[in-house]
Amino acid sequence: MKDLPDSAERRANLKGLGCARKRVEDARFTQGKGNYVDDIKLPGMLFGDFVRSPYAHARVKSIDASAALALPGVVAVLTAKDLEPLGLHWMPTLAGDKQMVLADGKVLFQGQEVAFVVATDRYIAADAVELVEVDYEDLPVVVDPFKAQEPDAPVLREDLAGVTEGAHGPRRHHNHIFTWEQGDAEGATAAIDGSEVIAEETIYYHRTHPCPLETCGCVASMDKVNGKLTVWGTFQAPHVVRTVASLLSGIDEHNIRVVSPDIGGGFGNKVGVYPGYVCSIVATIVTGKPVKWVEDRMENLMATAFARDYWMKGRIGATRDGRITGLHAHVTADHGAFDACADPTKFPAGFFHICTGSYDIPVAYCAVDGVYTNKAPGGVAYRCSFRVTEAAYFIERMIEILAIRLGMDAAELRRINFIRKDQFPYISALGWEYDSGDYHTAWDKALKAVDYEGLRREQAERVEAFRRGETRKLLGIGLTHFTEIVGAGPVKNCDILGMGMFDSCEIRIHPTGSAIARLGTISQGQGHATTFAQILASETGIPADKITIEEGDTDTAPYGLGTYGSRSTPVAGAATAMAGRKIRAKAQMIAAYLLEVHDDDLEWDVDRFAVKGAPERFKTMAEIAYAAYNQAIPGLEPGLEAVSYYDPPNMTYPFGAYICVMEIDVDTGEWQVRQFYALDDCGTRINPMIIEGQVHGGLTEALAIAMGQEIAYDDMGNVRTGTLMDFFLPTAWETPNYQTDWTETPSPHHPIGAKGVGESPNVGGVPAFSNAVHDAFRAFGLTQTHMPHDHWRIWRTARDLGLHG
Amino acid sequence: MSDKMHLKLTVNGEAVETLAEPRELLIHVLRERLGITGPHIGCETSHCGACTVDMDGKSVKACTVFAAQAQGAEITTIEGIGTPDSLHVLQEMFREHHGLQCGFCTPGMITRAWRLLQENPSPTEEEVRFGMAGNLCRCTGYQNIVKAVLAAAHELNSVKEAAE
Ligand code: FES
Ligand code: FES
Repeated sequence: MKDLPDSAERRANLKGLGCARKRVEDARFTQGKGNYVDDIKLPGMLFGDFVRSPYAHARVKSIDASAALALPGVVAVLTAKDLEPLGLHWMPTLAGDKQMVLADGKVLFQGQEVAFVVATDRYIAADAVELVEVDYEDLPVVVDPFKAQEPDAPVLREDLAGVTEGAHGPRRHHNHIFTWEQGDAEGATAAIDGSEVIAEETIYYHRTHPCPLETCGCVASMDKVNGKLTVWGTFQAPHVVRTVASLLSGIDEHNIRVVSPDIGGGFGNKVGVYPGYVCSIVATIVTGKPVKWVEDRMENLMATAFARDYWMKGRIGATRDGRITGLHAHVTADHGAFDACADPTKFPAGFFHICTGSYDIPVAYCAVDGVYTNKAPGGVAYRCSFRVTEAAYFIERMIEILAIRLGMDAAELRRINFIRKDQFPYISALGWEYDSGDYHTAWDKALKAVDYEGLRREQAERVEAFRRGETRKLLGIGLTHFTEIVGAGPVKNCDILGMGMFDSCEIRIHPTGSAIARLGTISQGQGHATTFAQILASETGIPADKITIEEGDTDTAPYGLGTYGSRSTPVAGAATAMAGRKIRAKAQMIAAYLLEVHDDDLEWDVDRFAVKGAPERFKTMAEIAYAAYNQAIPGLEPGLEAVSYYDPPNMTYPFGAYICVMEIDVDTGEWQVRQFYALDDCGTRINPMIIEGQVHGGLTEALAIAMGQEIAYDDMGNVRTGTLMDFFLPTAWETPNYQTDWTETPSPHHPIGAKGVGESPNVGGVPAFSNAVHDAFRAFGLTQTHMPHDHWRIWRTARDLGLHG
Repeated sequence: MSDKMHLKLTVNGEAVETLAEPRELLIHVLRERLGITGPHIGCETSHCGACTVDMDGKSVKACTVFAAQAQGAEITTIEGIGTPDSLHVLQEMFREHHGLQCGFCTPGMITRAWRLLQENPSPTEEEVRFGMAGNLCRCTGYQNIVKAVLAAAHELNSVKEAAE
């Protein structure tokens, strides 16, 4: 219907889609009234703490807990022997493998959980950990995934002796997990071999860690009177945790309540199920008292949820004028000691096959070999959708390298090969159906915004000045055009431990026209309580300020698969819109009854149904809600509630164009980001303020990853970056200001056209920063140097290129 | 385990006492013995600033102060900086400028900024970035935190000028 004179004002009052609404969460957080897991204190609560292995590979010959048990305040020391009768000394991983909960005869990585001490306070627990005597016999260590595949490499997983068929097909070596292939191997090889120009390179995306500011933890409490287990924890997927807890413990699912309270950042770290959770649950069942376990930072970095660690060997072919002819990728994926990657079940390498990126590549092939090493398990999507960051980094490096081989400008090479707007929906060579995009428009806007040609001129002058000895600083221009794939996902091919990856929303409209909605997701800082209310406001006409959003309590929220892989907006956001539409459909019938007209004679206007052609005759949603509860309406049930379980027909494909301008000091290796321009297209924009905040945060994580953050091991398997002293988290001092921009290409299959944005800046940011470093040295012959680009590595690059004179 | 000491502190303007082991960290005394859970623990190694409180007029990382060192100290935590009915300008500006996401760093950030603006009421952006560099945030990328602190400084100065 056409807007009425006051429609715009009423629309603004809703604070619906597109409004930079201030966050409702902030009141409690700014006053120190958040409720995080470590804030939970229950009467009689005990504390758990782990004895961890100092060795990366060793046999555990004996464990003597007698001195620990003699310490006043120590209640129990659990070892694998105690868990074995319950069948809990090992647990299944999300990737179809299994993982030791507590060391069963041997340890396979430094920091592995060996025994669980339970005591009356955390200091006593920590003292007791020191008193547990473990006798180890060290074994040969392998931390290099290539050496791990040599014929005489140490056997890591003795439990898999003779197992030649893994969860994802045949295993061809005792440390091999799977080979996973997509695309046309022969076709791609033939196309590349026949190309006029070929670029080949190995790109390493190093091991790193999501490191949210709050570590992982839980409080488990068994109420023996009612037979009910409650677990509060840092869970990005509380419903799945409940199902897994039920399957593992044998406790009926209705007797388990899992609650994710406020979560201090997740970024993928809090998707997995960790031994700490299992041990806490066992301990509360054994002791009958609540048990808290919260890991410290060192444990967090050493033992839970690493990310990346992909060795990506690429070949790309092109015609002399820059048309890409084919792409071939082979990845050696270091999964650590257990395959605990958090990917949808059928995708052992996640969505790595989005590695054709934003480009129209006629034929492609990728294969991934997963390998065991003596490193921590994990392989989570660190602010990314299942290996999409690796894929984006791979293709955006390969494009740069191809540009070097072609002697072509990398911006132009991208433009030539972009999927055109009129090709969408576009089926990629590796089988994805890209929903929508307009890459050329975004790219041109980005280049113009930074005066790309001016920058290139400045760079050329800088190189000349450097050669003349007038400066020791180089200028790098880092380009990236990324395409993401998020919002897993269609239930037909995406599940986690058999649970289809739908999501859900349940709405109740109260009689006086306010509402509560509950979702299957859980915010870890994304502001769901703010944005999901905005979606509902636009759908139902109830002001966002009158809608409470709740998540994270499995006793009250509908089942959902949780928040990671940028799936909240694409999946739960869609469920929210659909549930809102169900409300509106019933509201229309009620309004028709009240106005004594036929349903079809009504039309929706912002917050009301009005009679067509007679807008002065209307019923607002608030009036309708009241009627739903206070009068009998023939043929309709009382009340105004709806629930929607949404199974998305496809994923969404956000994209963006990022440009980083970086100054690099050749003599010290120091870098400074002079400018960073980030254009994101996440489809319909729900809350621009929150989008911008997500972009700033994701870019800063990308800055960290590209420029210094890593989980590094020495040859003995010792973690060299186990504290925040060594593990790089940028401070306000080295973090630049970012310039954000946007285009808006709605997703055609999402009810409100939204695509999700939280992870785009991490996916696109890493190649932008890294390409800037590479680009600074392009004139001096650099094609590839591995991340992280810390000062020392940059200095070494400059030295190797002979730039130190 | 060692004998407990009788610890007397002033926390957010109130005299409090508790028994604690001398080796206990101030952050644990506050959070576990006194129920003040605003300041958080992000590292316990002095790097992240999530535990920042104000002790005798200085910002300190409460994970690196022993209970014994805090004897007699005057401590302000996020809980003492504003009240629900009268928020501190910093609290308002953090919300206004979207200076927080998960909120885990926020109590430490605001408590640090509160001291910073007393040390330097009119900081430049550089000074804010430097002065806040002991507080890590994994969510926001700092841009909006810096904006919030600068806006709060501006606001506090205008109020002061108006009063003079
Ligand atoms: S917990 Fe004190 S600085 Fe991190
Ligand atoms: S808001 Fe999450 S760490 Fe700062």
